[in-house]
This record gives sequence, structure tokens and C-alpha cells, in this order.
Amino acid sequence: MSQEISDDAIDVAHLAGLARLALDNSARSQVGEDLQSIMAMIDAMQAIDTEGVEPLSHPLDASARLRADVVTESPDPEHFQQNAPSTGDHYYLVPRVVE
Amino acid sequence: MSWEAVIGLEIHVQLATDSKIFSGASTAYGAAPNAQACNVDLGLPGVLPVLNERAVEMAVRFGLAIGAQINRHSIFDRKNYFYADLPKGYQISQFETPIVGEGSITITPATGKPRTVGITRAHLEEDAGKSIHDLFPGQTAVDLNRTGTPLLEVVSEPDMRTAQEASAYFRQMHTLVRYIGICDGNLAEGSMRCDANVSVRPLGQEAFGERTEIKNINSFRFVEQAIEHEIARQIDVLESGGRIERETRLYDPDRDETRSMRSKELSNDYRYFPDPDLMPLTISDDFIERIRLTLPELPEARCARYVEELGLSVGDANAISSDIERAVYFDAAVTAQASAKQCANWIMGELSAYQKKHDVSLAECPVTPILLAQLIARIDDGTLSSKTAKTLFDALWEAGADADVDELIKTLNLAQMSDDGALTEIIDDLIAANPKQFDELRGGKDKMLGFFVGQVMKATQGKANPQQVNEIIRAKL
Amino acid sequence: MIEFSSLRDMSAGLANRDFSSVELTQDHLTRIQTADSDINSFVTVNPELALAQAARADQRRAAGDQQPTVGLPFAHKDIFCTDGVLTTAGSKMLSKFIAPYDATVVAKMAEAGMVSIGKTNMDEFAMGSSNETSFFGPVSNPWDFDCVPGGSSGGSAAAVAAGLVAGATGTDTGGSIRQPAALCGITGLKPTYGRISRYGMIAFASSLDQAGPMARDAEDAALMLSVMAGFDPKDSTSAQRDDSWLAELVVNGIPELDRPLTIGLPEEYFRAGEHMGALEAAKAELQRLGHVFKSLSLPHTESAIPVYYVLASAEASTNLSRYDGVRYGHRCDNPQSLQDLYERSREEGFGQEVKRRILTGTYTLSVGYFDAYYVKAQKIRRLIAQDFDKAFAEVDLVLAPTAPTPAFKKNQLTDDPVAMYQQDLFTVPTSLAGLPAMSIPCGFSQGLPMGMQLIAPAFREDLPLMLAAQFQRLTDWHKRRPGEAS
Repeated sequence: MSQEISDDAIDVAHLAGLARLALDNSARSQVGEDLQSIMAMIDAMQAIDTEGVEPLSHPLDASARLRADVVTESPDPEHFQQNAPSTGDHYYLVPRVVE
Repeated sequence: MSWEAVIGLEIHVQLATDSKIFSGASTAYGAAPNAQACNVDLGLPGVLPVLNERAVEMAVRFGLAIGAQINRHSIFDRKNYFYADLPKGYQISQFETPIVGEGSITITPATGKPRTVGITRAHLEEDAGKSIHDLFPGQTAVDLNRTGTPLLEVVSEPDMRTAQEASAYFRQMHTLVRYIGICDGNLAEGSMRCDANVSVRPLGQEAFGERTEIKNINSFRFVEQAIEHEIARQIDVLESGGRIERETRLYDPDRDETRSMRSKELSNDYRYFPDPDLMPLTISDDFIERIRLTLPELPEARCARYVEELGLSVGDANAISSDIERAVYFDAAVTAQASAKQCANWIMGELSAYQKKHDVSLAECPVTPILLAQLIARIDDGTLSSKTAKTLFDALWEAGADADVDELIKTLNLAQMSDDGALTEIIDDLIAANPKQFDELRGGKDKMLGFFVGQVMKATQGKANPQQVNEIIRAKL
Repeated sequence: MIEFSSLRDMSAGLANRDFSSVELTQDHLTRIQTADSDINSFVTVNPELALAQAARADQRRAAGDQQPTVGLPFAHKDIFCTDGVLTTAGSKMLSKFIAPYDATVVAKMAEAGMVSIGKTNMDEFAMGSSNETSFFGPVSNPWDFDCVPGGSSGGSAAAVAAGLVAGATGTDTGGSIRQPAALCGITGLKPTYGRISRYGMIAFASSLDQAGPMARDAEDAALMLSVMAGFDPKDSTSAQRDDSWLAELVVNGIPELDRPLTIGLPEEYFRAGEHMGALEAAKAELQRLGHVFKSLSLPHTESAIPVYYVLASAEASTNLSRYDGVRYGHRCDNPQSLQDLYERSREEGFGQEVKRRILTGTYTLSVGYFDAYYVKAQKIRRLIAQDFDKAFAEVDLVLAPTAPTPAFKKNQLTDDPVAMYQQDLFTVPTSLAGLPAMSIPCGFSQGLPMGMQLIAPAFREDLPLMLAAQFQRLTDWHKRRPGEAS
């Protein structure tokens, strides 16, 4: 079963919005072209018959390992916030979000 | 036109684990900002999640308590969206294969008959952090302590028809999760939060109307108010010829209104996919059976047993069985041979009053179930009057769990006077001192019996058995 | 003193008291200072930390610690978080990021007494096959400065090939250890998925990423592997296995191969003939050693590249969402809103290739496309894994070229992402199947080194290591140095 999916134009602006990437118009059209050719390359796989095949999400085909409910971490905000662009009273600060 | 509301709730139950669902940081409430956000919670480069076994146990416990199927195989997915208090840019949740499948719960609304509310599913997920908008001018402050706190999201069927039913459902869920020990139920600290899906339709119509979602309601009262308000708003819109937009609304308790949340509409393509950092969760029959064995008798069953086997009234049985601590205390006292009815009275009367006064939980009460049972036994055998029993209770509260009931009765001289001779002597003296009153009694003025009994009690400092006093005086007539 | 000597030789020298770890480390630092300006294989060199580690190693040796690894200098790919040290993943986004914790691999190597000289250059977030996507500039191939070293572990490969360090850590998602190892003429091993902890290793594609050693020969790779490998409770995908043979590698080296192997030759890997002369010669050498070849087919090989780009990009697109300018990493100037902060910080902080892959992954995961791309790719992933299962029912190992060409010129493929992706043609299938695979030098084409790839069943790294050690005892391709006649 072969599906032609990437015939539809790719809505780069929508994708960039979802991925939170500011792209100007020229970047957007360049990326659009790149994505078209990448998706064309990818679409070659649509020719493979996968009827009845179970998806494989992990090479290790194993089950989750569980950890005991024990507190092992005592984080120091000072330590972690050395890399933070903006903090106040140990909070991370961002421009005001209006709700 | 008559309208009918259709309501479904999504309740987020914060699981009472010590550590977070995917990290070893503490879940304790109230720490300094970001003092409980470890590298995994912060989503630092390179960190990985490892699932907390206790969170899984609690989810299974819940599933068993609502008679649901426990899925032997469930998957953790990433729900992708950006928000300031969502460090990784995705939330680890369960989308297509939740840990708990369909179940149900019975509710009893304040008005109306008990009914069964279907539960669609319950799944494990991690909580986000907190955004605080009023701390720094022009800025939002982000505290990630809550990030990674384990949540069980319980999704109901749209089975409720009134705000009262929705509120009763929320209450019942609150009772249940505390009962089975998976949540502290502290609403003020956000341990249970609920989103309500509300729609209305003309009465008799089969199809659902368009619905709205009210976010983040965290009290019993607000559930009722917010839904009540939203139902009224929707009917208003429809009756004035408008249309209901599918949207997310926020309830503002100060103004008693819901308003549209525009910010949430930006990203509605969550791009769920299985989290490659976590393997599928497999649950064995053994694991489930082990948990089943530790499950307490559930409120509904307990209440029925109290009525049928112990002869409590429905009201008393309900009041005791709806609170696990109370029920456990009650059961222990009854096991120690206390009469059930007396026991219920003491627990809801004296004990509850002292608890409130001293602000302690039942488990911390110095008057243990065994002490209470002994006290009740001394009432039953006539040693204590209801008055001296209260004095003894007070003394026991002071003395603590190691107290010896009989020793205290002796020390405090609380035993009732049951010596006929001694009482007769006192009564004879009283009759001699109050001949006029005695004549009146003789003449048929029964009220005077109370006067004499009262005088005897006064003279014996309450230790006489009023029944016995009655009998002696009557014999004198 | 140490230039181009192996970790094993240096270990003997330290044990003999021929030199101290401090002297050895100082020697490395001097060599890097003089030689790396042409190569750019290091993002960070840490003389003070390295010398302090070396001094501690000398104390351990003086106190009688006879672990062969104590005091051996090496380098980390700049993808491993190193407490208190700049950790960039080759990105502007993390160009000022001081990691606040150690990756498990970093901790293990430090515990083994190894001396981390610095952090090596790499393609941004390990996305690339030429080391040209690094924010810190391209790396030059020591065999020809106009050529790329391969990627994404290009800095590690070039540093080892140029004799700046004898060993370096790498990571491999679709060939990022093996392809640069081949292009730089060194030995690189991608172990079985789950063999080495991913904790603290900056994620590209979680179901594919695997760390591994890069060294001059199989013996040194084995030495490093034995330190790096092992179960880690902090990584849910870490394999829990009996690793006693791995621990013995440190002490006894690679055991002798005690039987001839049946080696599979997948026909799909031998179609491009132009550069395959070296591989043919190596095959003949292996045949002389008594090994038996068997032709076989891995029929889904061609789909591996599309499948890989769907799965790796999807995972990457969400793995990289955490770089949002809020808690760490690049933040744009004067953000006007949270939205603006996200969009500009990410636009400025990520390079072209990374953005391409984020958008590709966002696309294939989005509503309406998920089943056609992501689920479809996962199904073919299973078919690819099953191809290998069938092959290993018949053969001990599979032999294949590592890369389709020797090192190519800088800028040759940068404008054509799809052509660049073909570099991974021979390495991606094993990544999808999670299998161990090793690249060792096997000759030259057009004066540049070529690698051959030994692919083994899951958790059988011992097989390629034994075969490679045997091959390297009889050949000297791995001892050739850049600048010498090839």
C-alpha cells in the first residue's frame, strides 16, 4: 500500500509555530524546499509492505524498570541557577504571561 | 424550553508518594522556590526519567477500588507543548494505553437518589510547575518544585446531570482516594484539582450539545458554583440565539464567573508519541494480587456492614465509614468489645470535640480505641455514670495511651455508689430534711422525684446510679 | 614521549614508573596546544582540571592502585555533561552552559582514574556526518585538512587520528562513531543499545543514541568499553546483564578468537564498487585466517535511511524542546513576551541542520501524518531488525563497508542535506536494530583511510573485538599516521 503524502505543500509557518522557531520569510522558503526534498526521500519507505507488522518503538523490546519511592535528591537552586538567564529570589523569570 | 446539563469531570489526584514520579526529589509541599526541583525535574540536558514503583502501585490500588480493569501493558507518551512551567517542553503522560481502564463509582447527592458514575479511564502523568504572575512587575516567576509530582488523572463518563451530582462525585472521589491511602486529599494545597466538561441540551434530546471545559477547580464549593454558573451561561447563550464555542474557560470564584482562556488555544496539536526514554509498563497478575490483599474494605461495603451487622443507623454508619481514620478507629474499638452504638456516639461526640479542640488526628488521640472500649464497658456494667464517664474521658486524654482505666476510676473516685445501704441512709436524711417536698411527692407530684434524685447526686458528687436512687425512693413511698 | 602510543602502552609506562600521569598529561596538553589549531578538534581543553586529576591518579598509583586505567589521559565528546565544565553539544544554544552534574560515563571514567583532557568538537547536537554543523567551526581531517573528519563525533575521531589523545568517547545515533572512525582511520565501537548508560549524555534520538569508545586499535577500544559499560539505575533503557567478561577486558585484554567465524556479506552493502578495493583486500586477509564468508541479504536496507530520518527527527524534535531559554541556554535579547522569548531564543540558538530536523520531526508527528510516517517507520524498523535476526541465525558476524566513500571535501555536501544523509547508508540499519557494530581501518582509497564494519548480534561486542584484534595483530592499517606515505 503506497501513500503519497508529501504532495501537499508543507505548511512551514505552522510547523515553525508548533516548534517555537521564529523564521523570517526567506528562511521559511529555504526550509520549505529542504523539507520537500527530505520528505520526498522519506516517502520512498511508503512502498514497503507492513501489513500485519507490529511497530517497534525500542530496540530493547523490554519492560519498564521501576525505582523504589525514596527521596535521593536534595537540589540546591543556587547550583542549578548558575546557568539561568534570569532569576529572582530563586524563581526563574520570564516575560509576564497574561492569562 | 427545558434544558438538561451533561457533565463529565477530569480529576487530577496527586499521589502521596515521597519522591516524584520520575526523579528522586521530594514531593513535600511548601519548600522554598525550586529547592525541590532536581536536574531531572528541571529537564537539564542529558537527564532521564525512571518510574516510581509506588506511583504504579497507587494507580493499581485505585483501579481495583473502582472495579476497573488494570491494563497489563501501558505506555508513557510525550504530550508536546511549550509553557514556562513545563521544563522539557513536553509532559510525560499516558495517551492511548492508560494503566487503569473502565470502572465506576456510586455517588449519593445531597438531594436525589444514589447513582453510578462511569469512569472511562485513569492514567499516570507528571505535574507541571507553578507560574506566579504577581511577584515581580512585568514578569512571571516560575517555581518548578511541583514539577514531576505524580498525578493520577481520573476521567469520568459524561454521566452527571446537575452541578450537585458533579460535586457529590468529586466528594466521593475525595473520600475514596484518602480511604485507599493514595492521596492526602488536601484541596488547599492542590492535592485534588478538577476540570469540568459541561454542555447543555434540550431535555429529551439524545445528542450532546457543544461543550466547554472549565479548568482547575480546587474546592467542593467551586465545583458546584462553577458548573452552575456555566450551565446558566450556556442556556443564556443558546436562548438568545447564540452558539456555544468549544473552548477552555477559567472559573473566577471572586466574581463567580467563568471566562475564556485564550492562551491555551495556541497549541492544540500535542503530537503524542511513546516516550523513547521509558519502556512500556508491564504489570503482572502477581503484582495486582499483592495490592488487592492490602486494599481496605471500601466505604460502601463498610457502611452496609455497620448497618446490617452492627445495627448502626444509616446516618451514623455513613458518618463513620466515609472517613477511613474514623472507620479504622471504630473497628478497633468494636473489636475490643465496645458496644457499636455507644462507640459511634463517643467517636462523633466527645472524641470528635476533643480532636478539634486539640487539633490532632484520630491516630494521634491519647484515648486509644482500646481505652475507649474499656471506658464504654464500665458504663455498661454500671460503674460509671454518663457524667463520671466524661470525667474519666478527660482524665484519659491527659494520661495518654498507657493509662489504666480501672486504676483511674479508683484514683479519681469515679465509681457509682451501688451500696443500697449507704444510699438509703443518704435518702433517709434528705427526706428528714425536706418533709414538705416528700409529702408533695407522696401526693403524686412526680416532679419532686427529680428534686430528690438531684439532691442525692449532689450529695454523692454524681457517683450514685440515678436508676438505683429512683428505685429506693419509690420504695419509700 | 607519547605521540601515537596506545592507551595500553601508556598504561605499561605508568605501571613501570617510566613517567607519571602528570607528565603524560602535560605532554598531551602541549601537543594539543601546538597541533590542534589546524584541526579544531577540541571545544574545551582543561589544563588545570586535567593536571589535578593526573596528580590524584599518581597518588593512587603510589598508594598501590594497579588498575590499568589509572592516570590515562583521554578526551570526552562535548555531549557528555561534566560537572563544572562547559558542555556545549556543539551548539550556540549551550555555548555558555556549565553542566551542573556528571554524566554516568564521565563519573565512571573518573572513578577508573582516567584523566579527562578536554571536550571534543562535534556536529551540533550530534546532527551531521561531517562535523560542519558545529557552532565552534568545522573540524579538519588530519589526513587532509581540506576534508571533513566525518560526524558527528568528528572532533573525537580527528583528535585520536592526529595523535592528540589515544582515546576519546563518542556517541552514535546513526553512525556518528563508526563513520568518523572510518574517515579518520581509527577504531570505533558502537555497543549494543543499552550497554552504556545514556544518563548525562545530551539526547539527540533517545531510542538510537549510544555511547562508545574511539581509539587507535581494538585493544584500547576494549579497555575504554569496559570502563564505560554497565547497568545504570538512572537510565530506564540501560540493560541489566552479567558483564563479567567486560570487566576482565581491562585486566587481560581481548581474548584470542578460538575458532573460525562465519561472516555474512550482505549483498545490499556491496553494490557501490568504486571505493571497495580496500575492503576486498581485508576480506582476503580474513579468509587467509580461516574465516568463512557467506553471502546473505538484508532486504530492507534501502528503507533504513527514510525510517531513520523519520524516527530520529521525531525524537529529536521533542528532545530539543527543553532548550527554550528559560532555565539555561541561550536567551534572546529583550524578549517582548514568552512567545517571543521562545521563538527568537530557539531561532538564534539552533543552527540550520538542527532546525531542519526539528521541523521534519514536528511534521511527521503532527496530527494526520503520525500513522503514515511515525508508525509506518516503526513497523519497517521491526522488519529491519528481523532481517538481522535471520542473518544471525546463519552467521556469527556481518561484515560491511562503514561509509560509502572516504572523507569528502568540506562544503561539498552542506547545501544538499539529502545527499549528506546518504553518508549513513551503511551505519543506520544497525542503529535501528540496536546492534553492536565496530569500524576498523582496512586500507585506503585515494590516499584516504577506509573502514570496515563488523556487525554482531545484540550484546556480542566480544565477537567484533576478537576478530578486530586478530586482524590488527596481522595488519598495520591502524598504525598508519597522517602525513606518512599510505
